[in-house]
Amino acid sequence: MDPSTLLYLPSHEWVHLDGKIATIGISKFAVDQLTDLLMIDLPEVGKALTAGKGFGEIESVKSVSELYAPVSGKVTEVNSAVVDDLQVLSEDPFGKGWLIKVEVDDPSATSDLLDRAAYEKKVAEEEH
Amino acid sequence: MAVASPLKTPLFDWHQSHGGRMVEFGGWLMPVQYSTIVEEHRAVRERVGLFDISHMGRLTFDGPGALDWIERVTTNHAAKLAVNQIQYSLMPNDRGGLIDDILVYRTPHGYTIVCNASNRPNVVPQLEAHREGADANFIDRTLDTAMIAVQGPLAAAVVQPLFDQDLGAVRYYRLAMGRVLGDVDTVVSRTGYTGEDGLELIVPAGQAERVWAALLESGRAHGIIPCGLGARDTLRFEAAMPLYGHELADDINPYAAGLGWAVKLDKGEFVGREALRAFRASPGSTRVGLRLDGKRIARQGAWVLQGGVKVGEVTSGTFAPTLQASLAMALVETAAAEAGTALEVDVRGHSEPAKVVPLPFYRRPAAS
Repeated sequence: MDPSTLLYLPSHEWVHLDGKIATIGISKFAVDQLTDLLMIDLPEVGKALTAGKGFGEIESVKSVSELYAPVSGKVTEVNSAVVDDLQVLSEDPFGKGWLIKVEVDDPSATSDLLDRAAYEKKVAEEEH
Repeated sequence: MAVASPLKTPLFDWHQSHGGRMVEFGGWLMPVQYSTIVEEHRAVRERVGLFDISHMGRLTFDGPGALDWIERVTTNHAAKLAVNQIQYSLMPNDRGGLIDDILVYRTPHGYTIVCNASNRPNVVPQLEAHREGADANFIDRTLDTAMIAVQGPLAAAVVQPLFDQDLGAVRYYRLAMGRVLGDVDTVVSRTGYTGEDGLELIVPAGQAERVWAALLESGRAHGIIPCGLGARDTLRFEAAMPLYGHELADDINPYAAGLGWAVKLDKGEFVGREALRAFRASPGSTRVGLRLDGKRIARQGAWVLQGGVKVGEVTSGTFAPTLQASLAMALVETAAAEAGTALEVDVRGHSEPAKVVPLPFYRRPAAS
């Protein structure tokens, strides 16, 4: 994925929309902040997600963080490569490290999401 | 109440300009990590790491009344200290809980108490409250000195070339006063908080950056790296060193925490003695180690259960980098504290099987 074309939540999840199918992951900034990843909990295929609500959690040596859904919809695919080996997420958070795919209820419901510029601004503020 | 802005150590600028990720801790801005917690943890277990611990309180005492004053507010027997010796001790409240855990240094000039950063605002008033006309001077030296820890099996090899005293004579829980870099008055102690051999240097604040840089240079051939509070916590956790606010608190008694050895009830009168005597007879709970089957981490506050019934709470938990397992320390009912006991931990709604294991989780290999 090209990070510049994705949409983001302030909590560092990204989403790529292709028609009704959304691919969801977490940003490189989030991965760098977490470091030392231990395990990830992702939903099962078929599970219904609600935008803004938690859909899983990721644990690092330092802390546990909830993952928030950028969109509402039904899980169609879970990236088992990441579940098996979090190194995949550490190395390629915008590519091979995607987390889940979702069939979106309403592909136009993205007004709460940030574009890359807005997300980068938010991250810059967080670093201060 | 006014909210004080966090304090900065004399090494703050260095941390910021060398990639330290700064967080507020105990009222100070401190580096939590420079690279990753696991990388810094491994450096200390296998080689050597450098820590800024200037946030810890350094309180010095001199005068003929200093010893009695310290004895009145601490549980261990400071009178047993030889010159240049250090003692782990506890500062109790009158209910038998703890205000802090401390180190008492006996120097050729008097005594120094090293306390936790976040507890210094409680330790100092407790000292003042129990001064009782003691013929002694007390100075809080925290802000005009810096404290640097060199931890790991190669610690002495890093420090010795810079120090004008023989570290071979500075055994565990001993100190030496001398000079580093030829002109910096320094107290070097051998205590540590990582489970490894280690040395701490107390230097004037104005010399901190110079000494820090010299230690990095001296340690370069040994693979030294700067380490943050994150690794300090995983290291102390594996070594089962208690951390105030976790294994120790104003409502946790030292017998429950496994620190009864640092309470000398027969040394004479001191704060909290009668309450502590009662806790010795029935501590109520016991600090244990837990090993979880899965990778989920049992963090502080997670309930420990036996057959679905709550028997205790986790005080610290992490993934132990050296042991590659999800481990926790917990305070549990004494009946559930025996090694091998099968328990469960409620990790955010997941019931995770766990087993009581002996502490410490990690013990360094005997010196060869």
